[in-house]
Amino acid sequence: MSAKMIEVRWHGRGGQGAKTAALLFAQAVMATGKYIQAFPEYGPERMGAPVQSFNRISDNPITIHSGVTNPNYVVILDPTLMETVNVAEGVSKEGKVIVNTSFSAEEIAKQLGIDKSQVFVVNAGQIATETIGKNIPNTPMLGALVKVIGNLDINGVLEDTKKKLSVKFAKKPEVIEGNLTSIKRAYDEVKNA
Amino acid sequence: MIKPVYSKGKLAAKTGNEVMAEAMRQIEPDVVAAYPITPATEIVQIFSQFVADGKVKTEFVAVESEHSAMSATLAASAAGARAMTGTSSQGLCLMWEMLNIAAGLRLPVVMAEVNRAISAPLNIHGDQSDAMGARDTGWIQIYSENSQEAYDNMIQAIRIAEKAKLPAMVTTDGFIISHCMEVVETYPDEDVKKFIGEYKPERYLLDTKKPYTMGSIELQDYYFEHRWQLAQAMRDAKKIAVDVAADFAKTFGRQYDLYEKYKLDDAEIAIVVIGSTAGTTKVVVDNLREKGIKAGLLKVRVFRPFPVEEIAKDLAKVKAIAVLDRADSCSGAFAPLYSDVASALFANGITSPKVVNYVYGLGGREIAPNHIAEVYDDLGKIAAGTQKASAEVNYINVRIK
Repeated sequence: MSAKMIEVRWHGRGGQGAKTAALLFAQAVMATGKYIQAFPEYGPERMGAPVQSFNRISDNPITIHSGVTNPNYVVILDPTLMETVNVAEGVSKEGKVIVNTSFSAEEIAKQLGIDKSQVFVVNAGQIATETIGKNIPNTPMLGALVKVIGNLDINGVLEDTKKKLSVKFAKKPEVIEGNLTSIKRAYDEVKNA
Repeated sequence: MIKPVYSKGKLAAKTGNEVMAEAMRQIEPDVVAAYPITPATEIVQIFSQFVADGKVKTEFVAVESEHSAMSATLAASAAGARAMTGTSSQGLCLMWEMLNIAAGLRLPVVMAEVNRAISAPLNIHGDQSDAMGARDTGWIQIYSENSQEAYDNMIQAIRIAEKAKLPAMVTTDGFIISHCMEVVETYPDEDVKKFIGEYKPERYLLDTKKPYTMGSIELQDYYFEHRWQLAQAMRDAKKIAVDVAADFAKTFGRQYDLYEKYKLDDAEIAIVVIGSTAGTTKVVVDNLREKGIKAGLLKVRVFRPFPVEEIAKDLAKVKAIAVLDRADSCSGAFAPLYSDVASALFANGITSPKVVNYVYGLGGREIAPNHIAEVYDDLGKIAAGTQKASAEVNYINVRIK
C-alpha cells in the first residue's frame, strides 16, 4: 500500500464489539479530516467465535477494495485469541500490535514471536470495568490505538465519539462519560513496556 | 483534509447499504414493496424504519416473496406511482419473471440491487452473477464502484428510468461495498427532490379520464413491434444517461459518464472491469505508471444499455485488453462483459487489440492488487508478442485440477 495509507486489523470475539470499534474508529478519524474505510470480516456472526474487522485511513481518497493482509496496526481485544489465532500474520517488522492484557510487552512479544518494540499493552478490560462498569474493552482500545498511531488528534476523536454516544445513549449520560474516560485512560496508560 | 464537492454537501461515514437507503429516503417514492430477508440486504430494512418513523410518506408494502415484491412494485408503477424496491442474489432470481414484465410494460421502477452470489452452493458474498443473469431483461443496469457512486447513481437512475420509460437497477458489490463504511457526500433533501423532479407519467392505469389496457395479449400481429420498441428504448437510453449525468455534474459537481476512463488515453495495456474491483485496479495502474508502464483502465458504469461505439473507439488503440468478469456465463463461450466488449470491437471494425477474458472473485473470492498486477503482466507480454493471447476463459485465484 502507499506509504501514507494506514491499515488496521481488529481481533475480537463475536459480541465483543470488534466491528463496532472499527466503525467508531473510522467515524472518529473521519471527523479529524481523513478518508476512512471500515469493514468487518465477512463471515457468520457467532457469539464468542474469533472475528476480525478492518480499517484504512488516508489523507487521499481510498479506492482499494481488497482485504487487509499486511496491517500496520493490529488491535487484540481478547488476549486468549493469541493462543488460537495467528494474530501477527502479515505484520511486518515495522508493524505494531496492541493487546488488551495485564501482561508486559516483553511477555506478549515472546508469546507472539515478534520484537518487543512492536508490542504495546494496556489493561483495557480493567479500565472498562472501572469506567464503564462492564468488561467491554473495545472503547478504551480506541484510545490506545490513537496513541500508538501517533499522528491522530485524540481530542477530535473524543469529540466525535461523544457526539455518536450522545445519540445512542441520550437517556444514560453516565455511560457516555464512562466511555470517554475509558478512551482517555487507555490513551494515557498504553505502554511499550 | 476532506471537503464536500457540492457547496451544500455533507460528509458522512456510511456503508453502501446505508447510503442507498438514504437515497431512497430523499427520493421518497410513492410506493416501496419489498421482502427484506436474507439474501436481501439492510437497504429496505433501513428504509422501512424511515417509513415507521414517519420520515417519508411512502406506502411500504411488506410482501411474502421477491416475486410478489416485483409484482407489487410494477403494479404500483402501472397505477401511476413512483415505485422502488431492493433485492439481492436469490431474491433477484425469484423476481426474474416479473423483471421482464416491468420492462415489457415500460415501467420506470428503480431498484437497489446488491450483487451477491447465487446458489448453489449457498454463498452470500460479492459476485455479479445475479445482475448478469438479468442483463437481457430490458432493465437499465448501473453498477457502482463505491458508496458515493451508489448514492449518486440511485438519484440519477430515477431520472433516467422515467425519461426512458424503462426500469433501472443500481448495484453495489455485496459486502465489499454494501457493508463497507466509507466517506460519502450527501446532498440536501430539497436539492435531491428538485433534481429528480415530480413524476408525471404520460399514461397510467388510475387515470380514469384516459383509460387504457396494459399487458394485453399480442400474437404475431403486434408483439414483435413492442419488443422492437423495448430494444430501441434501451438504445435511446444511452443518450438519456449521458444527459442526466451532465445535469448531475452541473448541479452537484460530480462527473459521470457511461464508463470511466482511468489513464486510458495513452494506454498500451488495459483492463475493463465493473464495480469495486475498478478501485483496486486504479491502485495497480498507478503503481505500473510509476514504473513507466502504460497501463490503463476502463470501468463500465452503465452496462445496460451497453456503450458499444464509445467503448470500441476508446479501446481501439490499446494493444492488449483484459476483460475481467465477476460472473461466469457457464456457456462454453465467454463471460458476459467480455462478450459485449469483444463484439463491440469487432462490429466496429477494430481487430488489432488482443482481447482476453478473466473470471475472478466468484462468491466473494479475494481479488487483490497482486492478482490484478499479474493480469497486467500477462497483457504486457501479449502486447510485446512474447505470450499468445488466450482464446479461452482464464481464471484468477482459483484452484483448478
